[in-house]
Amino acid sequence: MGIFINKDTKVIVQGITGKQALFHTNHMLAYGTKIVGGVTPGKGGQTVEGVPVFNTVAEAKEKTGANASVIFVPAKFAADSILEAINAEMDVVVCITEHIPVDDMIKVRRYLKGKKTRMIGPNCPGIMTADECNIGIIPGSIHKKGHVGIISRSGTLTYEAMYQMSNAGIGQTTIIGIGGDPVKGTDFIDVLESFNKDSETKAVLMIGEIGGTAEEDAAAWIHANMKKPVAAFISGRQAPPGKRMGHAGAIISGGKGSAADKIKALNAAGIEVADTVAHMGETMVKTLKAAGIYEECHNC
Amino acid sequence: MNIHEYQGKEILRSYGVSVPDGKPVFSPEEAVKVAKELGQDVIVVKAQIHAGGRGKAGGVKIAKSAEEVKSYAKELFGKVLVTKQTGPEGKKINRLLIESGCKIAKELYLSFTIDRNTAQTVMIGSEAGGMEIEEVASSTPDKIIKEYIDPFIGLAPFQARRMAFKLNIEPSLINKAASLMTGLYKVFVDKDCSLAEINPLVLTQDNNVMALDVKLNFDDSALFRHPDIIALRDETEEDPKEREAAELGLNYVNLGGNVACMVNGAGLAMATVDIIKHYGGEPANFLDVGGQGSAEDDAKAFKIMTADGQAKGIFVNIFGGINKCDIIAEGIIEANKMLELKLPIVVRLDGTNVKEGREILKKANIPNVIMVESMTEGAKKVVELVKNA
Repeated sequence: MGIFINKDTKVIVQGITGKQALFHTNHMLAYGTKIVGGVTPGKGGQTVEGVPVFNTVAEAKEKTGANASVIFVPAKFAADSILEAINAEMDVVVCITEHIPVDDMIKVRRYLKGKKTRMIGPNCPGIMTADECNIGIIPGSIHKKGHVGIISRSGTLTYEAMYQMSNAGIGQTTIIGIGGDPVKGTDFIDVLESFNKDSETKAVLMIGEIGGTAEEDAAAWIHANMKKPVAAFISGRQAPPGKRMGHAGAIISGGKGSAADKIKALNAAGIEVADTVAHMGETMVKTLKAAGIYEECHNC
Repeated sequence: MNIHEYQGKEILRSYGVSVPDGKPVFSPEEAVKVAKELGQDVIVVKAQIHAGGRGKAGGVKIAKSAEEVKSYAKELFGKVLVTKQTGPEGKKINRLLIESGCKIAKELYLSFTIDRNTAQTVMIGSEAGGMEIEEVASSTPDKIIKEYIDPFIGLAPFQARRMAFKLNIEPSLINKAASLMTGLYKVFVDKDCSLAEINPLVLTQDNNVMALDVKLNFDDSALFRHPDIIALRDETEEDPKEREAAELGLNYVNLGGNVACMVNGAGLAMATVDIIKHYGGEPANFLDVGGQGSAEDDAKAFKIMTADGQAKGIFVNIFGGINKCDIIAEGIIEANKMLELKLPIVVRLDGTNVKEGREILKKANIPNVIMVESMTEGAKKVVELVKNA
């Protein structure tokens, strides 16, 4: 189980002939992900890493039966690749590419309206359902299968959280990096809704950061709707206003988006927020114990 | 990326948005020359720095004669202006905008920005012109008017008219106001702005609608398609270390303290700054080194952090995912040797090949490179070493 992807998900890689894409295609294949094809316009008919390459997403889908796509296309062309994947009616589209112009993503979001595609990213590490399917660049070696879902705006913090939790004996269901951009395909609430419905997932760790109000909105949603315990971490407590902290979306502006506001909103919704990044795993353990589900989530 | 007010006004003018006549100047003599060319009774002398709050900080002067223009210009050139947005160190004034004054009947606020929640551009208007919009939004939110824009349609004329009517602009000026909004929206989209703000937008006594001040910010990710905007960059407005880091492809923000850090990934980098502060240290910087952890990358980062002697210790906090800890450890050792560093470098490695990585550091046994077993231990250690330095 888990959400959005599973062992039957068939994946194509857009931009598969690029260096980074090839590197990560190998990792995904090694994990056991069903990579059934790749797309690079003009290179159709070739085979890389034993995977057939097609000229268009539509053709790749028709020939392979793929229902998911992962995009490693350079930023200038990435939005067009996302549109092509949505147009081909992929169930899941994951975009790894960083530095896509915001205006391009606004158009992508508009095009997504009313479509069936679940778009994840951009500027994200991807999504992994433990021991079933790994789409993107999340290292396959640090997870442990179990009952906690992870949602994060940051790639490395996702790995930190998986690692800390795995070391504490707490396994994961699905791990999703939603990305560090201001305008993206999937946000906290979309994922929380799905985790809420997933029978395997017993609890959720959410990792936010400065910029925007998605964490505040998620806190309110959790308070009103979430049936499962949630623990959290927010990075950027020391970030000065008006400074972009690495991620395009990580900026306190217009008096909004500070870590303090987010932590306050989460606490008000009854969610424990780890005091430092080193305590994400511990905080999750504490939350599981408080909810009385530590035993079923520990070394299961 | 940010630009100066006068550059923003030149862009607006080219899109048919009405702005006061004026020119940038670089000396008091030039200021007088431009003032005489303008030939107006009232001339405004405006400091050009990349920060708001200039008026309240004394960076905007109203002159009634050429002599006054000269004395104000002399006063402002070279002065360090400290505004609400510059921080205590302020910003040095190197350019002034000399422009015609105008007779204001009413001041309004107008901007376009990105609304993250709806993934749309939003036009924001308010009758509380000249005030900071954040203050208006928190104290009197009912005075904020919004129009969300469908990217497939653009700003529809009815939306611009609706905004103008809600701002209580008199009927005879509605069309002028709406066409200004359309012009500003076109600038916002054509130039990939992240913010286009006119504050104040003025209705003049001679029945004009005019942008008295403008602030344009641009989406850094879209600059590749705007060489004209890149050409407007004023490097003297940027932090020299941040500029140097950007040229090397590093994500660096100067935070002013003495505990430096080098981290992979933006989220972990922010969290590392936080954990240094949590254990009583003063973070010197945010630095996402990214890359593959090569000795060259590390050396570049170390150089930026240590060049001015501000940092008294470095916390290297790396989680090896795809990048392996053994490669990273070798990179750190090599970079330390290349730069002959003396200050303490506390290294926390975790993740892929952590055993091998730690073994390499242990064997190398370099006096100033201190290996720790955990992030918490590393943060405490670096803070302690810097305090005792």
